[in-house]
Amino acid sequence: MSQQLYTNLAIFVLSLLVGFEVMSKIPATLQTPMMSGANAIHGVVVVGAFVIAAEADNIWFYLLAFLCAFFAAVNVSGGYTVTDRMLGMFTKPKASSSNKNAGGDKQ
Amino acid sequence: MTALQTIASLVYLLSAICYVIGVHMMRSPKTAKNGNILSGVGMIMAVIMIIIEIINDGKIDLGGWTALIAGLVLGIGYGVIKARKVPMTDVPQLVSLFNAVGGGAAATIGIFDYLHVMPSTSISLIFSIPVVLDVIIGGTTFSGSLIATGKLSGHVPGKPITFPGAKLCNAVAILAMLAAAVLVIGFPTNWWYIVLALGASLVFGLLMTLPIGGADMPVVVSLLNAFTGLAVAFAGFVINNQVLIIAGALVGAAGTILTLQMAEAMNRSVANIIAGGFGGGDSGTSGAAADVPVNVTETSADDVGLQLAYAHNVMIVPGYGLAAAQAQHEVAELAKLLTDAGINVDYAIHPVAGRMPGHMNVLLADVHVPYEQMKQLDEANQMFPNTDVSLVIGANDVTNPLARESGNAISGMPILDVDKSKSVVVIKRSMSTGYAGVQNPLFSEDHTKMFFSDAKKGLQEIIAATKQYLD
Repeated sequence: MSQQLYTNLAIFVLSLLVGFEVMSKIPATLQTPMMSGANAIHGVVVVGAFVIAAEADNIWFYLLAFLCAFFAAVNVSGGYTVTDRMLGMFTKPKASSSNKNAGGDKQ
Repeated sequence: MTALQTIASLVYLLSAICYVIGVHMMRSPKTAKNGNILSGVGMIMAVIMIIIEIINDGKIDLGGWTALIAGLVLGIGYGVIKARKVPMTDVPQLVSLFNAVGGGAAATIGIFDYLHVMPSTSISLIFSIPVVLDVIIGGTTFSGSLIATGKLSGHVPGKPITFPGAKLCNAVAILAMLAAAVLVIGFPTNWWYIVLALGASLVFGLLMTLPIGGADMPVVVSLLNAFTGLAVAFAGFVINNQVLIIAGALVGAAGTILTLQMAEAMNRSVANIIAGGFGGGDSGTSGAAADVPVNVTETSADDVGLQLAYAHNVMIVPGYGLAAAQAQHEVAELAKLLTDAGINVDYAIHPVAGRMPGHMNVLLADVHVPYEQMKQLDEANQMFPNTDVSLVIGANDVTNPLARESGNAISGMPILDVDKSKSVVVIKRSMSTGYAGVQNPLFSEDHTKMFFSDAKKGLQEIIAATKQYLD
């Protein structure tokens, strides 16, 4: 086994364990925002879109890179925005003002 | 390692720490919003770092930049606009849609890298195995999540879709997927095999999700969310990028735990849900199959208005029917009317009321229902004996007293003790049973009156009637 594979495998397994540990009992109220928040985190796949775009060298690969960048960008930008909107509703105990602009937009 | 590579590795590590702490903070309502922002900051760091890396590397050509920037601009535009404009009732299908494209992006990376290095004859297992896992899992979540989105938004019928030979088709799809996986790993020089693996996984995602009822979709979306996390982690193996591995594995594991908890809150097991074919999806919207009502008392909007106007303590019990009819504005209006007249109004919120766990709180907060009026299960149950009128809107199984007895489909499920209040009014479209398919004896009790109507229309009539008596 190469050193690189071993490192990646160790990181993978330990991250799984961290994921199991960090997620103890979630109140039902927060389950939907939590799912949406986790959904935004796997938008990190956008980093992969940059990596493959840098390697693309003919029209087919350009197309694949475009598709990947589009998909990943929708995931990461939409995911964080909608989670932020949802959570904005929990932090205003007396919601009397309009909070439509709660999306603290991070691409 | 060059200096830049060292910096990059440390930045990716820092962004991974942001995700872990962010998820940790999202477990409590007080810190949840900042947790999400922290995880977003980690994401921005990772994106800036990869931009610096590819510029420094200098390998990317004009076509690559064009494809990348076009994809990003269109994707960010679409994602942000969708996320800002979506009504809160439609959030579940939007999350599912974002999940689908995440899986699609992960699968695309696998296919890209495979096709890119394929001409070289020396493809090792270390490379081909993660590629296959990435493509298969990503493809399955892509098509599966799209079907889930369709079911939640009503474009695909919510009821379980089965057809003769469905099991056989499933088996064929799984076998084709496995066969393609073996071929890709064993004969990595024919690009048709990776296309076959993708095709089979798309079909499998479709077949897996179609037979599952609409009301179970939230659990399925959460499960597919965990799958996407794993696909992203394997994409990280493929391109040897550790931030993808860490974040993907984190979401895979955390998503799995969340799925189990959601299923538990809905009193179902994940295996049972995936087996599918249970339940009718949008219960109540069919309106058909109304059994002959057993001793139920019907009432009118006028009567309900009178009852409410002369009550001291009113408890509103919102359910799936309210979410489906998008009647949250009307319910908030009625509550405000009563509160302004000096009547105490509270909401009893069952953990799984709405379309997914916690969704009802989000819906009510969206129409500015004060946070302190939303009572969770235990608190609400202490208040029912002092409640003059319980107004049940489109909820059924979560109020069913049969859950306290053994030997039926909902035995042991925590319920709201609506039957302990002094009088009960149920707004419901028909006498059809709830999702669990169990008759609800609450409806035929002496102090219960039934108001057969769509939640939105019924509430509008009740508001009009209540106004007369309050003046």
